[in-house]
Amino acid sequence: MAASNGKNFKVIGTRPIRHDGVDKVTGRAKYGADYAFPDMLFGKMLRSPYAHARIKSINTDKAKALPGVMAVMTAADLPDLPDRVESAGEAPINVAHLTQNLMARDKVLYNGHALAAVCATSPHIAEEAVALIEVDYEILPPVMTVEEAMKPGATILLPNLRNKEEGDKQTNVASHLQFKRGDVAEGFKSADYVVEREFKTAMVHQGYIEPHNAVAMYNSDGKGTIWCSTQGTFAVRGLSAAVAGIPEQDIKVVPAEIGGGFGGKLTIYLEPIALVFSKMTGKPVKMVMSRADVLRATGPTSGSTIRCKMGCTKDGKLVAAQVWMAYEAGAYPGSPVGAGAMTIIAPYVIPNMIIDAYDVVVNRPKTAAYRAPGATNAAMASETIIDELAEMCGIDPADFRLQNAVAEGAAQTAGPPYKKIGFVETLEALKNTPHYKSKLEGPYRGRGVASGFWFNIGLQSSAVVNLHGDGTASLVIGSIDIGGTRAAQAMVAAEVLGIGALDVRPQVADTDTIGYTDVTGGSRTAVTTGVAVFQAAEDAVRQLKERAAKLWEKKPEEIAYTDGVLSTAADPSKKLTLKEIAKQFARTGGPITGRANVNVRGVGPSFATTCVDVEVDPDTGKVKILRATCVQDVGKALHPSYVEGQIQGGTAQGIGWALNEEYVYDDKGILRNFGLLDYRMPTCLDLPEIETVLVEVPAPGHPIGSRGVGEVPIVPPVAAVANAIARATGIRMEVAPMSPPRLLKALLKKRNGADSQAAAAGR
Amino acid sequence: MAKKTVIETTLNGEVTEFLCEPRESLLEALRDTLGLTGSKEGCLTGDCGACTVVIDGRAACSCLVFAVEAQGKKIETIEGLASREGLHVLQQKFLEHASLQCGICTPGFLMSSKALLDRNPNPTEAEIRYALAGNLCRCTGYDKIVRAVVDAAKTLNSGARAA
Amino acid sequence: MHAINYEAPTTVDQALKLLAAHGEKARAICGGTDLIIQLRAGVRRPEHVVDLKNIADMRKLSFSLQHGLRLGAAVPAIELHESADMRRYYPGLTEAAHLIGSLQIQSRASVGGNLCNGSPAADTTPALIALAAKGRVVGPKGERMVAAEDFCVSPGRTVLNPDELLVDLQIAAPSGHSSDAYLRFIPRNEMDIAVVGVGVAVTIDPADDRCIDARIGLGAVGPTPIFAKEASATLVGKKLDAAAIDKAAQLAIAVSSPIDDMRGTAEFRRHVVGVLTRRTLAIAIERARSASSR
Repeated sequence: MAASNGKNFKVIGTRPIRHDGVDKVTGRAKYGADYAFPDMLFGKMLRSPYAHARIKSINTDKAKALPGVMAVMTAADLPDLPDRVESAGEAPINVAHLTQNLMARDKVLYNGHALAAVCATSPHIAEEAVALIEVDYEILPPVMTVEEAMKPGATILLPNLRNKEEGDKQTNVASHLQFKRGDVAEGFKSADYVVEREFKTAMVHQGYIEPHNAVAMYNSDGKGTIWCSTQGTFAVRGLSAAVAGIPEQDIKVVPAEIGGGFGGKLTIYLEPIALVFSKMTGKPVKMVMSRADVLRATGPTSGSTIRCKMGCTKDGKLVAAQVWMAYEAGAYPGSPVGAGAMTIIAPYVIPNMIIDAYDVVVNRPKTAAYRAPGATNAAMASETIIDELAEMCGIDPADFRLQNAVAEGAAQTAGPPYKKIGFVETLEALKNTPHYKSKLEGPYRGRGVASGFWFNIGLQSSAVVNLHGDGTASLVIGSIDIGGTRAAQAMVAAEVLGIGALDVRPQVADTDTIGYTDVTGGSRTAVTTGVAVFQAAEDAVRQLKERAAKLWEKKPEEIAYTDGVLSTAADPSKKLTLKEIAKQFARTGGPITGRANVNVRGVGPSFATTCVDVEVDPDTGKVKILRATCVQDVGKALHPSYVEGQIQGGTAQGIGWALNEEYVYDDKGILRNFGLLDYRMPTCLDLPEIETVLVEVPAPGHPIGSRGVGEVPIVPPVAAVANAIARATGIRMEVAPMSPPRLLKALLKKRNGADSQAAAAGR
Repeated sequence: MAKKTVIETTLNGEVTEFLCEPRESLLEALRDTLGLTGSKEGCLTGDCGACTVVIDGRAACSCLVFAVEAQGKKIETIEGLASREGLHVLQQKFLEHASLQCGICTPGFLMSSKALLDRNPNPTEAEIRYALAGNLCRCTGYDKIVRAVVDAAKTLNSGARAA
Repeated sequence: MHAINYEAPTTVDQALKLLAAHGEKARAICGGTDLIIQLRAGVRRPEHVVDLKNIADMRKLSFSLQHGLRLGAAVPAIELHESADMRRYYPGLTEAAHLIGSLQIQSRASVGGNLCNGSPAADTTPALIALAAKGRVVGPKGERMVAAEDFCVSPGRTVLNPDELLVDLQIAAPSGHSSDAYLRFIPRNEMDIAVVGVGVAVTIDPADDRCIDARIGLGAVGPTPIFAKEASATLVGKKLDAAAIDKAAQLAIAVSSPIDDMRGTAEFRRHVVGVLTRRTLAIAIERARSASSR
């Protein structure tokens, strides 16, 4: 792939109106819950009111007898899958855990865990029927925190769970990872300043506005179709096939528009249930989750406990880091603690380090990915300690990071050394922003800086470019559009074809229409699907050259294609625009379709640095965000408006995570805040303008130089807010969210002269 | 089960009739009976605004209105915002400012914004943020939404044609 | 939601007949922004929902300097904010109504309905208490007036019998130099249920700047909204300086009995009641001082 860094782009970097925009502003775009078919039925799930219980019996007779009920399902109607790992997007999935999560077998493992379902002629009747299902539960003690789960003698959630270190002993610790470099003991000896703190971050939810949905139709010929809002149609196909016990090739998944995902819609909850109901009844079946179901029973991200110790010389050189981190996996293994471990000190050159990371099951919903999963928790710990060290050294927080920043050639925590990256550039750019240069004055006001790191993944993508007889093109891809990517991908094709962005019509296609494409997640669309689209357009261009060669009786190698015009050096009088040659497709061989399938490896990471100004009300602990700026290395922004949008959205989510979002369970393990009234996400009145700076250090190996942009902006804000609060009040918060009751408690203790670190940290 | 009743209402300027059970919300009637799926269900508790419609000139969460209450009222939904002449200025500005990413909250924001500008054609940014605080967006951080509404107000006040 | 019957009477008498006929099986609805959520959650399960919004008497907001305010129980909260008289003469109550939920909620929810929902955290109730509002309750045996602070008896329950209706709320006209204010604490800036709510009304003698009358209402710091009697009384007859305000704040804290819940801890609420009492008093006093003679 030829790198096009530094080239003047005609389409890339402009801001056309997105192709799907009119449908979305007129309400015509069809999201999963908008699909309706004649004689459609409606499914609803029965969910456990308890956090941890054995299911002794389920009696569905009364439910079945209610007029309007067409079918009832329990786990007995789904294959009992063995403990086997399948690939689904970014991470492997244990299909036994997956199917048990969708419909519990012997035990329910969290409040909201589904264990039965009803299919009826109206959603209201289905709801009534669900209430008629009788379950005999044997209630077991709930285990709600990593500390409780890791204690000797803790109640065991999964009787078959083992980890390598504990041999055949039953445990709630699914795995222990360790990363090491150098000698931490020696490293700390050489430090002038050492800070050690224990942090706790609460479980939070991705908070997409659209609840999960699925509509399924299983035809009598054994072929099924699923329409759903998902981040990955091929993942839905594979996982639904496994859970439903239907061959994968007999399922087609059609992507509806999706109302937000952020990682939470990479897996499945309803799809195979709807499909099996359709098989049972012979009719289309629609299932939509309520908001309460979404909060109770989809995949929030882990709460965590992180003990972090870092040391530096008085000149501000980091010398050692020691981390112990335990993340809540939820009911089944698979927290992002590994990613947390790989990101926690990734932006810095630290010669001596040891990181121990534990994946721990607890009676909470099985966690799913949430935008740079695991990294935000980790950054809360590391980026606040770094800030504290910078303060002790008397060095500006951006400069402290610059002194220790990784650049090309530096070692990663795991993996090969960094290629060209833009971390340093984000720090330097931040220092140059009007925000950073401005003075922040006034009592209880403070400015906080934090940085973040996140991987971009590659994996598989497929793209097809069809050239039309009028010189325009259509683009078919499998990458779900969650934030404007179909427009950006159309721009890539348009750039290569030398036509306007609006002359390429992009379409996100179903699993029968486009080749295998991995999920939209992992910040991969620009870096992988972008490559596939680029190559597919180049493939079309190659064929155009062949047609011109035919017409001009030259060899294809003698034909050039620049800015949408074919020419040949051998005869300057011969020129054909794409429009002109398109009229001749039929007589030169038929339609032209360019295609490419890629499996990209070795994609570099993204970096962001965020600065937040806060004002703290010293009498209530309420934090006002005065100003926020996020600087991110985006490589080369395809559509700058949507890149800015990703950065602003990630920053907003991070601010919510910092201030008010958390799962609140009572002592019986029942979720108290299962609605958007008490799961408090920021409204537009809670946020200022969010300023963004796009730093463009072209990514090596990418034809346009683009990096993935979707995830890294959520990594720094929690720590940035914590650092701002520290500069405003002198209080180093160790718990997120830094909600008013916690901050006020710390403020009052400080005012009343308490000197214990723990008391002053709001715990 | 209570029998369904016929409700007559003015919907996007047209007199419309539909059948509903008393327990159905206006949101259900719009989406499931009338097929107008532009108004979205996000929470069913009035906390997200995705179902916002305008009833007799005021923005309301259609999930918290019984369908039967539509009787005799004037209801505007996203499907009626554009006209034969084209998109409403608000819709155009949302597109120009890239004020939507996934787009699920967009109909609700557009209807709330329209209700705001119809009553207060010259709102300050603070007034805009206050008026839109009942509409949640998880994708955009609201920045480009607020800019679009500010720009739309400016355009409408300068005499540009609105739908 | 379970199946319901819906009725929309157009007079108070019709409504009362329906309530008498159905008894505990009926529930009145105004804005529905609390009730519909409760019906969906199965928290309340009436068979009959009686919609009061078509009763003209209950939708009237009338104010005069002679007679004060008569606020129909079904008047949407937003109409308070839209009334120049309300903003001028009862700014605290108007602000409280303008803080309920969002604009979408305010276009439907009514102050009367909010009171009848019986939440100790209702935003408008502390403001009603401060203004010495009285609810006119009508039933088959006639009418009775119930002070706002007596309306709610425990969380979610009011003094209303199943066959009674709150028809309107009545507040005396503000006299001379008096005004009111309402502040609440919420973690965000909108949409939240009050963690602490304080409503204050004061009347000042312009001659010597002494307080002639003061009432403090508290929300979300007890099982019901509270009239802070002692805190209010301690201000009467005094110059409202920092010491007097502080005393009132301490007494407001003393009469609060908040709980720990997912919106705040008891400790937090107790502290913030003091903070908000001071702040709300300061606003009400400033407004009262500058209220021109009417």
